[in-house]
Amino acid sequence: MAEKYIARSKAIAARMIGGETMVMSALDSTFFTLNEVASTIWQAADGRTPLSEIVTGKVCQEFDVDRERAQRAADRFVEELSQHGILLVSDQPLIDSSLESR
Amino acid sequence: MSLIAEMSQKALKLGLPISVHLDITYRCNERCVHCYLDHDDHGEMTTAEIIDVLAQLADAGVFFLSISGGEVLMRRDFFDIVERARQLLFNVKVKTNGVMIREKEAARLRQLGVEQIQISVYSHRPEVHDAITKLPGSLKKTLRAIRFLKSQGLKVSIANVLMAGNFSDQAGVIALAKELGVHYTLDPTITPKMDGDRSILALQIPGSELKQVFNNAELVGNVEEFCAPPPAPDEDVMDGYPCSAGHTACYISPYGDVFPCVQFPLPSGNVRRQKFLDIWHHSTQLKEVRSIRARDLPTCSTCAHVGTCTRCPGLAYMEGSMRGPSTADCEKSFQRTGIPSANMLKRARTDSAGPLIQIQLPMNSAQDGPFPVETGSPEALVGISAHA
Ligand code: SF4
Ligand code: SF4
Repeated sequence: MAEKYIARSKAIAARMIGGETMVMSALDSTFFTLNEVASTIWQAADGRTPLSEIVTGKVCQEFDVDRERAQRAADRFVEELSQHGILLVSDQPLIDSSLESR
Repeated sequence: MSLIAEMSQKALKLGLPISVHLDITYRCNERCVHCYLDHDDHGEMTTAEIIDVLAQLADAGVFFLSISGGEVLMRRDFFDIVERARQLLFNVKVKTNGVMIREKEAARLRQLGVEQIQISVYSHRPEVHDAITKLPGSLKKTLRAIRFLKSQGLKVSIANVLMAGNFSDQAGVIALAKELGVHYTLDPTITPKMDGDRSILALQIPGSELKQVFNNAELVGNVEEFCAPPPAPDEDVMDGYPCSAGHTACYISPYGDVFPCVQFPLPSGNVRRQKFLDIWHHSTQLKEVRSIRARDLPTCSTCAHVGTCTRCPGLAYMEGSMRGPSTADCEKSFQRTGIPSANMLKRARTDSAGPLIQIQLPMNSAQDGPFPVETGSPEALVGISAHA
């Protein structure tokens, strides 16, 4: 399967509070909250690190979960956020797409 | 509870400021008759200072940022400030009179991803609006701005301050908002001037007109519910606090002064001398504001309306005590329900030796506070919750 690269859109508002991340689309005002695992993927979405590497290097390490389950959950997460234009997804690295995120 | 309310609840538990109102200038190209500001520049924060404050606010966990004034576009660096705010991923709302917004400015606001623009409109008739702003031609320019902003696909809301002079134009402004396809909010409260001068309160609409507003289904929804007598307060109400001021929100002036709210001028620190988070966590004033519960309010804790009143602690502070009643809110509670407030009864007792007619108050009860508590649900491995 082709590698996925993910980057946070610029057309959002976002802030992490107490391990969770609030994200609001500046395009349609959809509001999301991301739990700790989703927030970890979100923070790592720099457009350069392949999603599989985020899953093995971050999610599996930080949350003690097996790779397959984490990958499936990450794929679903990416699909949903990309539908709202909040995450950008490509099979090529996305240059200059990441933003400083707190 | 909406996801936003859930996050506010979380911020409250964590003691985080989730929203900040930042005025970047008090200068203005209008001179509204009801304005509480001194429009001279007494040394506004520089661009660099504001940008530093924005970074501190982002680090502190602030998500909702209102950028306001004065007229925000009086600052040449307005777009630099908004740009930085958006790079720091704030949800930005801009308040403006719109007079200086044309196609170019509207397009820039859209490009920067500003969430909402709030524009003051006092009447659909130029002679009334312009007499309030004291700027000839202002309504025409303001409406032009709304059209430019709408054509960019921006979310716009009209804010109408109701006064004796424009009360009868209310329906006209609502119709105008509908025609423009924008949201409409109305505010019947006039705030005393920052220097304590209360003379502008004379512009306030009389109680009978307030009653008309509360009985207008178009504005309040279900009138019967809205005007229902207050239920008896329970322990939760008595343990509750009035609003977000100082709890999850605060205000920063163009001079860097920090207050619990734009309508609560209790000096609590200054970001030119202190770090924002030091003020937020350690200011004795903010700590005092946070410590106050409904049961600590000498008059209001005995009032039938305590659980449902919109009592503003900032207006109460301006009247003499942040623990006292706010007479503007007493009037609202009375006009809404027909039941006199504890403050009114107390005044009546002081004003006359023995009341001719005695009024027996019904007992009252609770309503949801601004941050209702919710029970959690089991979380998925990667949990996202969406709310459009
Ligand atoms: S009630 Fe008053 S002090 Fe509280 S948030 Fe509203 S305006 Fe500010
Ligand atoms: S109606 Fe007046 S006295 Fe009663 S709670 Fe509200 S502000 Fe206090």
